[in-house]
Amino acid sequence: MAISVETHKPQLIGSAGDSLREAFGKALTEAAEFRPDVVVLDADIAGGTGLHHFRAKYPDRFFQFGIAEQNMMAVAGGLAATGLTPFVTTFAVFCLRAIEQARLSIAYAKRNVKIVASHPGLDVGPDGASAQCLEDLAAFRAIPGMTVISPADPAEMAAAARAVMDHHGPLYMRTGRSPAKRLFDDDHVFEIGKGQIIRDGRDLTIVACGVEVARALEAADLLTSTRVSARVVNMATIKPIDRALLARCAEETGAFVTAEDHNILGGLGAAVAEALARTRPCPIEFIGVDDVFGQSGDPSVLAEAYGLGASSIAAAAERVLRRKRGDAHVH
Amino acid sequence: MTKAAPRAERQEFTSLDDIAVKLAPRARRIRQLSIASIFHAGSGHPGGALSAADMLASLYGAELNVSPASFGKTPDNARDRFILSKGHAAPALYAAGAEFGFVKPASLKDLRRYGSLLQGHPHVADTPFAETSTGSLGQGFSVAIGAALGLRHQGLSARSYAMLGDGEMQEGEVWEGAMCAAHHRLDNLCALVDYNKLQSDDFNARIMGLEPLGDKWRAFGWHVIEINGHEIKQIIAALTEAGNTKDRPSVIIAHTIKGKGVSYMENGPLWHGSVKLSEDDTRRALSDLGLDKGEIDRWIHGDIR
Repeated sequence: MAISVETHKPQLIGSAGDSLREAFGKALTEAAEFRPDVVVLDADIAGGTGLHHFRAKYPDRFFQFGIAEQNMMAVAGGLAATGLTPFVTTFAVFCLRAIEQARLSIAYAKRNVKIVASHPGLDVGPDGASAQCLEDLAAFRAIPGMTVISPADPAEMAAAARAVMDHHGPLYMRTGRSPAKRLFDDDHVFEIGKGQIIRDGRDLTIVACGVEVARALEAADLLTSTRVSARVVNMATIKPIDRALLARCAEETGAFVTAEDHNILGGLGAAVAEALARTRPCPIEFIGVDDVFGQSGDPSVLAEAYGLGASSIAAAAERVLRRKRGDAHVH
Repeated sequence: MTKAAPRAERQEFTSLDDIAVKLAPRARRIRQLSIASIFHAGSGHPGGALSAADMLASLYGAELNVSPASFGKTPDNARDRFILSKGHAAPALYAAGAEFGFVKPASLKDLRRYGSLLQGHPHVADTPFAETSTGSLGQGFSVAIGAALGLRHQGLSARSYAMLGDGEMQEGEVWEGAMCAAHHRLDNLCALVDYNKLQSDDFNARIMGLEPLGDKWRAFGWHVIEINGHEIKQIIAALTEAGNTKDRPSVIIAHTIKGKGVSYMENGPLWHGSVKLSEDDTRRALSDLGLDKGEIDRWIHGDIR
């Protein structure tokens, strides 16, 4: 018997479960109910970005651009110029493709456009290096006036979706592909530009964003076995970075480990180092991808292989503590 | 704040001939002011500014429902949008702005200078009537598509216009946008191609051929109107035809002459790029463009009115 197209359907691996992209799609759909100015731009990928929720509820506020991100990005600038609040949504790596449009037609033109990127970092997993965007935080951070955000869990993402909608100005936000660990309650407070101490400690501070926040908390647990007291800061806003909180942590702990699912060059670690170098320099170790491309694999396997896992963070904490104490030959 | 009147009601014109007679001197003045500002700047792109002048005079003189009041403290969201996607022709946009009251003529001598509102390429934060910031080819066209989509989405009857250079059409983004505007049936969008056949280094045909250009746009689903871009009557008729075309966007392919109006620049690729105009070059150009000697002297000394 022939297989029927009607009955024999593939198992779709779309945006599902407790991922940051799903959390964002649901939260924006809910938050935009009384904001008719909010419109969503998609490049044939709403099933993967979580914006299929928005499309289903507000089909007339959902604009399709096909697989053509450069046009979509600059169109958003034009929509904003008529008073609408556009959310440009695609994968992080395709935002890089349209970064010059984001630079000129959004940031330089001072347009109130939100660029929301799913599929950042090694968290993308099996699709491999072509889709694993490890450069976006650095690239978008270097654009004047661009706010850059990377929330850590579904509750924070939901709060961030509302904050981003209410924020005025160009903004880039990472969501995430894989199921994310729940870290916060549903009433979690999110404020753009503010880091949060989510676990206190006195020996060093681990500053993390995105999926690395959960791993930083695990690392802090691991460190208790060697009697190291690690503070964990969730630094969801990479730009503008919370300088006041960093200065306070420098004062109180005197050493840092930064952790991000991104190239070590130019991202969260760089932002923290730049801020501390100008205020209270102290030893920092950087957890991130060490200037190489990723490869296919399960995200948790990749995290271990590329040194982003909790044990790598804990090892970096031990290193930075030896530097803090002034031990020679720490490596 | 008073809103600009719709294009049909505002016109003081009696006929197409009347429009051409009244706008021709304004086009000439846009050319003169472009040359003067490029002279004072010490650099700038004269060729593509001169080829665009008749279209700019037609747009601001008889088509767009914009006035300086449209860009007041509370900008009029129901205004038409015009975007110079070929941003390197900024001197012509600023000259049109001076001619139609959006910028002060005296400011033209400060083009490209440190601290000037007249940046080397249009910047909306400094010159709001520019509508967006351009200078990277392809983007202004997409922004105009976004404006057309946004206006229609909000039930506004205003129209959106973008002027593209011919070399600009080598940018892939233009064809992404062409596909997109036709797909979304943006009949409130009109593209104007300043088809002067020359780009930075050489003729289009030798750099990256564009022909058959009209067929390309038609294949992408656009209504195509081909005209002589220096004949104001043809420009106005084409804009009217575009306005009456439903269910699809229109493109006006305007055949023009690079450097139009200045004898030694016409059709010369050398005058595309950012060039320095000497005082002699400038005097000759302004004389070709019909400015009298006394006025030329004043303008050369920075007294542009």
